[in-house]
Amino acid sequence: MKPFSYERVSSPAEAAAAAARAGGAKFIAGGTNLLDLMKLEIETPRHLVDVTGTGLDEITETDEGGLRIGALVSNTALASDERVKRDYAVLSRAIVAGASGQLRNKATTGGNLLQRTRCPYFYDTNQACNKRKPGRGCAAKEGVSRQLGIVGVSDACIATYPGDMAVALRVLDAVVETVKADGTTRAIPLGDFHRLWGDTPHIETVLEPGEMITAVTLPKPLGGTHIYHKVRDRRSYAFALVSVAAVLDADGHGRVAIGGIAPRPWRVEAADAALPDVKVAARALTQGASPTDQNAFKIALVERTLAGVMAKARGEAA
Amino acid sequence: MKYTTPAGDTVIDRQRVVGQPTTRIDGPLKVTGHAPYAYERHDVAANQAYGYIVPSAIAKGRVRSIDLAEAKAQPGVITILTTTEVDELPLGMGHTVPLFGGSEIRFYHQALALVVAETFEQARAAAKLVRVDYERTQGNHDFHALAPDAPLVEGSDGPDVSKVGDFEAAYASAPVSIDVTYETPHESHAMMEPHASIAAWEGEKLTLWTSNQMIAWSKQAVAKMLDLDPANVRLDSPFLGGGFGAKLFVRVDAVVAALAAKKAGRPVKVMLDRPLVFNNTTHRSATIQRLRFGAERDGRLTAISHECTSGNLAGQEGENGIAQTRLLYAGANRYTAQRIARLDLPEANAMRAPGETAGLMALEGAMDELAEKLGMDPVELRIVNDTQVDPETPNRPYSSRMMVECLRRGAEAFGWDKRNKTPGGMREGRWLIGHGMAVGFRNSVQMKSAARVRLSSNGKLTVETDMTDIGTGSYTILAQTAAEMLGLPLEDVTVTLGDSDMPASCGSGGQWGAQNSTSGVYAACVKLREDIAGRFAMDPNTAEFIDGEIRAGAESRKLTEATASGEIVAEDSVEYDELSKKYQQSTFAGHFVEIAVDAYTGETYVRRMLAACAAGRILNPISARSQVIGAMTMGVGGALTEELAVDTRFGFFVNHDLAGYEVPVHADIPHQEVIFLDELDAIASPMKAKGVGELGLCGVGAAVANALYNATGVRVREYPLTLDKYLDKLPAV
Ligand SMILES: Cc1cc2nc3c(=O)[nH]c(=O)nc-3n(C[C@H](O)[C@H](O)[C@H](O)COP(=O)(O)OP(=O)(O)OC[C@H]3O[C@@H](n4cnc5c(N)ncnc54)[C@H](O)[C@@H]3O)c2cc1C
Ligand code: SF4
Repeated sequence: MKPFSYERVSSPAEAAAAAARAGGAKFIAGGTNLLDLMKLEIETPRHLVDVTGTGLDEITETDEGGLRIGALVSNTALASDERVKRDYAVLSRAIVAGASGQLRNKATTGGNLLQRTRCPYFYDTNQACNKRKPGRGCAAKEGVSRQLGIVGVSDACIATYPGDMAVALRVLDAVVETVKADGTTRAIPLGDFHRLWGDTPHIETVLEPGEMITAVTLPKPLGGTHIYHKVRDRRSYAFALVSVAAVLDADGHGRVAIGGIAPRPWRVEAADAALPDVKVAARALTQGASPTDQNAFKIALVERTLAGVMAKARGEAA
Repeated sequence: MKYTTPAGDTVIDRQRVVGQPTTRIDGPLKVTGHAPYAYERHDVAANQAYGYIVPSAIAKGRVRSIDLAEAKAQPGVITILTTTEVDELPLGMGHTVPLFGGSEIRFYHQALALVVAETFEQARAAAKLVRVDYERTQGNHDFHALAPDAPLVEGSDGPDVSKVGDFEAAYASAPVSIDVTYETPHESHAMMEPHASIAAWEGEKLTLWTSNQMIAWSKQAVAKMLDLDPANVRLDSPFLGGGFGAKLFVRVDAVVAALAAKKAGRPVKVMLDRPLVFNNTTHRSATIQRLRFGAERDGRLTAISHECTSGNLAGQEGENGIAQTRLLYAGANRYTAQRIARLDLPEANAMRAPGETAGLMALEGAMDELAEKLGMDPVELRIVNDTQVDPETPNRPYSSRMMVECLRRGAEAFGWDKRNKTPGGMREGRWLIGHGMAVGFRNSVQMKSAARVRLSSNGKLTVETDMTDIGTGSYTILAQTAAEMLGLPLEDVTVTLGDSDMPASCGSGGQWGAQNSTSGVYAACVKLREDIAGRFAMDPNTAEFIDGEIRAGAESRKLTEATASGEIVAEDSVEYDELSKKYQQSTFAGHFVEIAVDAYTGETYVRRMLAACAAGRILNPISARSQVIGAMTMGVGGALTEELAVDTRFGFFVNHDLAGYEVPVHADIPHQEVIFLDELDAIASPMKAKGVGELGLCGVGAAVANALYNATGVRVREYPLTLDKYLDKLPAV
């Protein structure tokens, strides 16, 4: 781990200003992703701004009838909030499908959105990785790629955004609120938040350096049946091969987002429009897929998982 | 004690303490965090410095030079040991390639340097600044590419091929036959505690506080590698956080800690980073196994062939997948052979139940396929082919063989008769339900084992042996043995383990630990009893040791009377000779599994599993059950998720952490049931016990695979059974 300096701040504005002041600064929230990456020297911030004291750990109701989730609300608190469990159950279910109880106690809403990919070559600093060292090439593309992405990926990088929570947020049309170093704020729809890799896989979101997430807002409740199905090799403590977040009517109309296949939670308008036709929806979701031999199975898996979700929404026996 | 003839009635048969369910005596130490594990032994030597290994970034080639300038200038750095400053170390026991030294690189994450600093963080930070200039050569990393041309394994008496009768003729004329090929992947031990050592020198005397299963072997190995008089080497390893074979032999942590401690002039501690556990240490080799069976219509096997190819670095054997096939089923015409591909991957070596684990995943899958072709109950097919003698050497009977009883008891307890009988034919909601079974088989091994017992003047007993407890429960069964022999309550017995200054035991490995180490303690206790009886002119054979007294007829004396003039010490070992040649000694299990497969996504979950085991006397039903359920869990991992993924271009295991190498989590492990059959095997050991620590793993993989077939109608012959291998064959949704 490279030496770094550390400070605590007590408000979002202070945090953004502190990050702007010190070059090479990063925010630290739960630290469950950042610290692991620092130990491997994949992340090498020179300064850490601890944002856990910024008071952003509440869930409040918005004027529009939705919820505003503070960036520092822990994954555990968010998943167990009565309003979330009642009105946004897909979010609650997605969160508890991820990581472990201990990690979710530490992990925060903002940090979770910004967790980095789990591509094994990204984690092994002996290997070429455009995301870690732009321009060095991508060892994964012709290597072990079973977990990696099939859509929205690029020649430079085929990694996925690995998280679960964001897949549910995407299906709920959540919006990310931020504050920049100069004190200006903005609201970014989650669908625009994570970038596709293109030629710059090291730039993963539209956040500017030093821009801090303050909250995530949810529009007013959608109703419907909320389902999160995460397919993985073992029953917990594993990242998704494919996951489906769905909010569906009894007749199978609604919306879906897919995790585990792309640089961001994958939602396609044409797929939502095609529902309840699973085949057409799945085709829309995997349109233009460029899988490797090892992860081509994800195309069929998207369709089959979607079919299973649809069956569940229709109340077929579990 | 020379164990040459099977024991008659013994004190152990009373089973007042031995055989009674007894919770681990070291449990409180463990749950309160006081058990001294190697890396945390801060108190054993003052002024410990931290070592951090610089691992090779390439799998094959040479070190041209190592630039230390920047690393040396970092805060806290004390010294840096590099591979080029020492000659290649001689091979220690069990090693295929040198652990350290020289400039040749033979595997990824080979240790090239050790940075020693005041803190762990300083050592790690500086290690990242060691610049190695490599000369890379292309290695052979692709097992599948090399396997077709792999040569036969050369054993001590020629190629490892065994022929009995005329396989080809019998196979060609058999009314029913199958020819199938199974594959198992490279697997990692993935035990909780990584390899770790603290080294300290006092003059020429080296002490290593380490994590090691086989103290006596490893002491010799350290002496050889470092060119020391064995009398100047001490290893101490009282607790291990698992091993599964990964700690049978000394690994690089111990030798670089020793070399660096000498260089630094102070104690040095080294723990392997998790990725190095996967790439720097050993693993179970992948296998490709072809099985051909010919059978009569009633199921009797007439022709059995099993060929197994595995891989390893040049100079070492591979995974002996055929071992059990030479012994398990009757059949007049047999052919077995082992091939080995020379691979440039990290060293393959023993992992829990080496041979049988992978071998039974293939053999017992093939038996299931044969049963189906015959239209026979898979349990009955096994029973029809039972043998009570070594089928290759029929004048060698089994010491005791309860395979049939295991199957019948297991089948009954599991409700095998209510199983799904049509592949793909049982559905509950979205779940396809399947049932599978397999035989578990693993040999019981006789090994010399010594111990010393001390009865102190206050009547308390201490057991001393270099035996290890790798989580298995050795402390407890050794205490039970001594307590039984001397008629003492368990609380009056203290067991000290893992110190090479103590009498050499059998160590922990190959499921030989329990029966041999307790037999060594038994032998020492027999001597102690003789000594005590002699002091009172009693006959040691008829005297009874009970409640802290020795009694003969009407006479009874307190043991403390015997020790009034000072402690009494007795030492002995158990040694064997002909019994294992005359008798085949093995343990057996019937494994039964129920799984559910999501008809949509192919996700497979084990719902319940049962093992009925026959392993001689069960010394402690609680710890024996722990061993078996732990092994069953490992079997589920091997069946469904565990695989070291190889990058065949660069020659390394890519998923080198516990997020990428997926062992089962609690949620994967459902209801587990273990039944132990009553069995006493006086041929196997004076304790009439056999091994049990590996039996629970043997066969589980195949039982799961057979259940997957039963649930879905899709036969997957390539482990692990991940859904990508059968998703496209499931019924459309
Ligand atoms: C073993 C393991 C298993 C896991 N399994 C899963 C899983 O199955 N599914 C899943 O979804 N996740 C999983 N995770 C990831 C986990 O969800 C994330 O590590 C966690 O959500 C990150 O939150 P944090 O608060 O700890 O972030 P940190 O580690 O503190 O920060 C992560 C990143 O976000 C930045 N950051 C943090 N807060 C802010 C803010 N307010 N504004 C701007 N930037 C910010 C940091 O600078 C850093 O770059 C797993 C993690 C581990 C270690
Ligand atoms: S897929 Fe992306 S993260 Fe993985 S090695 Fe390639 S560039 Fe790096």
